[in-house]
Amino acid sequence: MTSSPALPRVYPPKPSQVYLMGTCLVDSFDPQAGMDAIQFLQHHGIEVLFPQQQSCCGQPAFNSGFDDEARQVARQQLKAFVADIPVVVMMGSCAAMLHCDYARLFEGQPEEAQANALAARTFEFTEFVDRVLCLPPSPASGERVVLHTSCSARRSMGVAECHQRVLQNSGVEVIEPNRVSECCGFGGTFALKQGDISAAMACDKAEAVAACGVDTLVSADCGCLMNIGGTLAKQGRPIKTRHIASLLRQRQEESL
Amino acid sequence: MTVHNYDPALIAVQVDNDEKAFADLRQRHFKARAKMSLENEQLRGSFLGATDFLQAKRRAVFPDTDELEQLRDRGEAIRQQSLAQLPDLLETLEKNLTANGIQVHWAETAEQACAQVHSILAMNNARTVVKGKSMVSEEIELNHYLEKQGIECLESDMGEYLVQLAKEMPSHIIMPAIHKTTAQIARLMHTRAERSDGQSVSYTEDVDELIGNARAILRDKFASADAGISGVNMAIANTGTLCLVENEGNGRMSTTAPPIHIAITGIEKVVADLADVPDLLSLLTRSATGQNISTYFNMISSPRRGGELDGPEQVHLVLVDNGRSRMFNHPQLKPTLQCIRCGACMNHCPVYARIGGHAYGSTYPGPIGQVVTPQMQGLDKQGELVSACTLNGACGDACPVRIPLPKLIRELRHEANSTAPASELDIPGKGSQRHLGEALIWKGWALAHQYGPLYRSITWVLTRGRKLLPHHLGAWTATRTLPVPAKYSLHDLARGAGIGEQPANRRLNEGEA
Repeated sequence: MTSSPALPRVYPPKPSQVYLMGTCLVDSFDPQAGMDAIQFLQHHGIEVLFPQQQSCCGQPAFNSGFDDEARQVARQQLKAFVADIPVVVMMGSCAAMLHCDYARLFEGQPEEAQANALAARTFEFTEFVDRVLCLPPSPASGERVVLHTSCSARRSMGVAECHQRVLQNSGVEVIEPNRVSECCGFGGTFALKQGDISAAMACDKAEAVAACGVDTLVSADCGCLMNIGGTLAKQGRPIKTRHIASLLRQRQEESL
Repeated sequence: MTVHNYDPALIAVQVDNDEKAFADLRQRHFKARAKMSLENEQLRGSFLGATDFLQAKRRAVFPDTDELEQLRDRGEAIRQQSLAQLPDLLETLEKNLTANGIQVHWAETAEQACAQVHSILAMNNARTVVKGKSMVSEEIELNHYLEKQGIECLESDMGEYLVQLAKEMPSHIIMPAIHKTTAQIARLMHTRAERSDGQSVSYTEDVDELIGNARAILRDKFASADAGISGVNMAIANTGTLCLVENEGNGRMSTTAPPIHIAITGIEKVVADLADVPDLLSLLTRSATGQNISTYFNMISSPRRGGELDGPEQVHLVLVDNGRSRMFNHPQLKPTLQCIRCGACMNHCPVYARIGGHAYGSTYPGPIGQVVTPQMQGLDKQGELVSACTLNGACGDACPVRIPLPKLIRELRHEANSTAPASELDIPGKGSQRHLGEALIWKGWALAHQYGPLYRSITWVLTRGRKLLPHHLGAWTATRTLPVPAKYSLHDLARGAGIGEQPANRRLNEGEA
């Protein structure tokens, strides 16, 4: 779901503790990205907490129009991320669900105030790194990557520039594919419900990524990475996909 | 004369085949229509090229982002204020139009609107009509209705004219024939256009010549038509003025040359004052075609007055509801009526760019069509349209009056799956897209994700059993490899690494979850 951020962004000074919201896709399909994020933040002196009660933000059901089911699952996240510390989210679309859409989901519900408070302290991973950690730039590594920014990161969260900056700051050369702001066609259940249209969009995106001539595609959204990466793989193109957190952690280790 | 690909034996057959293909397309459901469009490479190329071009034009005409955002703020405010006082504005509009000598008619349904237009024509013994571009007349299928009554109704906008010749419907609200190639247009003009002397139009693929031919035909029709029909872009309540935006001059001809002018508009197009016009006009033309202003901007305030040399003797306005009151009364869906019909949402929609306008099977395609059509025709008939969106938000960003289109599409999905009892204010067909299988999947999904221990057990099974998962997953694996779960979940890895769960003073126990 995309909409303007519900609340104006207020960036706190660097906190001593944060929660990490892994998101359900990272949890099962790219857990190493979550661990990389944890270690990256720990290295910068932040204690990272990972509530075992967390599961999914509820967005798949919400975007499909099943509000009651979305709310049941979202309530679990309100309980998991209960303390008043920042929540760093591993995906732009899940961050957008918490930051922009929980307000609508919990409107008139007993948890309304709690949901709004959670929205205010929710940050997408690169947003947190860029706007809260404010790291000094590292020397160029010579590594080149293609960057894909999810529609939620770009439009709902407004953090496309944060993706760009944290990568450049870490010494990586960033290449943007053609039609960079266009959707890859994943759209959660859209990929299944409108499979033909989704496939056409993903193929166009894969084409644009491949045309960059770089062997690594990075993004902070696992859904897009699965969609574009899966298409590239099916086409037999040797381009690997990585979450930005993994790349940042790799750069951090290399520069130690 | 430029001649390409001209094969007299084939040409009529090709035009007939195009017509049959369109008729066949209309018979199908959305998914099949989308698939047919996707498989048509020429069509895909045309739409992608056209939307890229229009996006670039819009970017170029709004070089200053701050200015654009301020203008959007004002546009949104004008539309919201107009809607907030809609019933009063409509009353004022009727009063002032009547005082100016313009006759006002109200139509609750599409059929009523068609019947009213017909009765005005019948009362004046009008048999031939020229039309300026009007999406509302497409919405109510006026041409079809009048044709059945034996009235010739000729579209005079070049794109609409071509679409009419082809017996199709517009595939874009601003560029109705955007889907046609020059060769297709050349064939259409050659086989179906009728010159006043009864001769057929010579075959040419020269664009200027094609336009010249159409212009010559239309000139004769403007001069001889019994009545003219037009749309309305804005109706000004306080002055009783009808505003009409166009680029070809045909709108001016249709509204002034024949002795009777009938304007048709949705009831939402009214604004309070002339002062509201400049900002909306600027947003409309810049968002639609990247023009600072359109070639023609008509302000119609009365029929011909005594002593005036030209202009129609009668001017009528038909105000069409056709579901708009219901939208007006729905708290979440009311912003639908803010639309100024510029087409920017479709120009920026990646789905529209790939399937084109006809795939939507509705007068209004693209994001605004997905929002308007199910509300007008019912979710039971057009509910599938609301699934044709990734919620990527490009349309919402492009909308010059900030209609929250993705939010509305999501809201419609909720309505489509709702189990709440339907009330009078609800969209027809509420809950009609709810399928037991899908509802059960979401119930199961919710169960799996709302209890920590259950979720972790399921993830444990998914990761440990990843080698046993199926390798094919419907549409997904037709063009993609299947993502394989990792060996251990992040929950496992974090627990294994001794990552804490809650701040020291706020430990939660499992029972709280």
